[in-house]
Amino acid sequence: MVAHALLAPFRDETLRRALVSVAALAVGAGPVGVFLMLRRMALMGDIMAHAIMPGVAIGFLVAGFDTVAMTLGGLVAGVVVAVLAGLVARGTQLKEDASLAAFFLMSLALGVVILAGEGRSDDIVHVLFGDVTAIDGGRLVLIAGVATVSLAALAAIWRPLVIECVDPQFLRAVSGTGGAVHVAFLALVVLNLVAAFQALGTLLAVGLMTLPAVAARFWARDLTAMVAVAVGIGILSGYIGLAAAPAASAGPAIVLAAGAIYVVSLLFGRVGGMLWRAFPGRHLEA
Amino acid sequence: MTALVAFKDVTLGYDRHPAVHHLSGTVNAGDLLAVVGPNGAGKSTLFKGLVGLIPPLAGTIDRGALGRAVAYLPQVAEIDRGFPIGVYDLVAMGLWRRAGAFGGIGRKARDAIEGALAAVGLTGFEGRPIGTLSVGQMQRALFARLLLQDARMIVLDEPFNAVDDVTVTDLVALVRRWHGEGRTVVAALHDLGLVRATFPATLLLAREPVAWGATADVLTADNLLRARRMCEAFDESAPACRADAA
Repeated sequence: MVAHALLAPFRDETLRRALVSVAALAVGAGPVGVFLMLRRMALMGDIMAHAIMPGVAIGFLVAGFDTVAMTLGGLVAGVVVAVLAGLVARGTQLKEDASLAAFFLMSLALGVVILAGEGRSDDIVHVLFGDVTAIDGGRLVLIAGVATVSLAALAAIWRPLVIECVDPQFLRAVSGTGGAVHVAFLALVVLNLVAAFQALGTLLAVGLMTLPAVAARFWARDLTAMVAVAVGIGILSGYIGLAAAPAASAGPAIVLAAGAIYVVSLLFGRVGGMLWRAFPGRHLEA
Repeated sequence: MTALVAFKDVTLGYDRHPAVHHLSGTVNAGDLLAVVGPNGAGKSTLFKGLVGLIPPLAGTIDRGALGRAVAYLPQVAEIDRGFPIGVYDLVAMGLWRRAGAFGGIGRKARDAIEGALAAVGLTGFEGRPIGTLSVGQMQRALFARLLLQDARMIVLDEPFNAVDDVTVTDLVALVRRWHGEGRTVVAALHDLGLVRATFPATLLLAREPVAWGATADVLTADNLLRARRMCEAFDESAPACRADAA
């Protein structure tokens, strides 16, 4: 009965498809978001989401609203920006954030120029905001495929990635994989953003990557648990957003739901939540 | 004695400015070598060259077949102490050379980790987040990781800074143990009493080598005074070094 009631809003097939796609996005993007946050690169996801713009725009110009063309374009643009920024950060005195800022601004401006030159204003709106209720079978397969690849790749680079986060000097000393792991991780960020862009648009694509991750920080002390919590929060956000909002504003509603869960976590989270900080209880014996 | 690392007229530095100038000598297999010198003498730079993190500006460092069989504890570890992992996982990183990215951590490896934790006196700390460790406890954990690395050469850059006496005593015992096992240990230290008591050989460095040999011959009042005077300042407009041109 409870399950029946919970699924009631999803009698419509469009919404069911949207829910499944958001769940897949959460599974792929959540863990990536946790690593972004722990590496103090939470804003980098946002920047990369803008950096994929020219690729998406070119894909759109070439083939119209074609999933594959726009996805490939976004992927190429994102990887180019990420790799260039990574190379500059490793080869010069510029840090990653500064070099990324430079490349993403160029990329974003280029994207807007391309779209403004050719596209109509509603096309721009579509690219910027996406449409989670317009996910067809093909896009769903793409999103689920990205989630699968993302999980497998993350499992493969998990150990060196964790070491690179905790003690990059140590990884450099024992292994030459640091650079490759870093690039692979950035590629995962781009891949998940491109998948999310189908549903949420370039402006909000990063929503399911960043918000569940920062919320999970307030519920788990351990990395593995944090990743699991982030995925759960992402899926929950998708459910709430889709169940509560009219279809037209479903995308932003999902991100808003994730934002609401973040605020609740910030206040009541068992690990460092503000309520527990304000009323910590008596100090312990040892 | 077989040479493990040979320095031939090595100059190390940054942006063409030398931090270690014209150093020659060898670190032999099984050496227990202290590197002593004032702040800014080039000890850390020398170690980065020794483990192969920076290439020399001039001269050659022959590291033979040493490869990655070196365990290096930097002076300022870049460890992100806010990262949500525990002491056990930090120490387990020392198994990288054996386990790599995919190798399983089996029964034997778990025993080795437990043993390393016991050897540094951190039994019971396995699940503690690394952010909750004191400076001394963190240094103990890093020594446990060094233990697991099972390296032929162990390079310690000022490992006992801001660490209390009990911890120093415990960790020096590990250094002695490594020496007894035939491993090569090179450590930068400021405590000359400790150097005299524990390290048979010493390199006194002051941007240039002042003396390199038996500790008693190196740590003379005369040499130490010279070392203090030789640490001249980094000069932005220094001309190219003439010793190389000759």
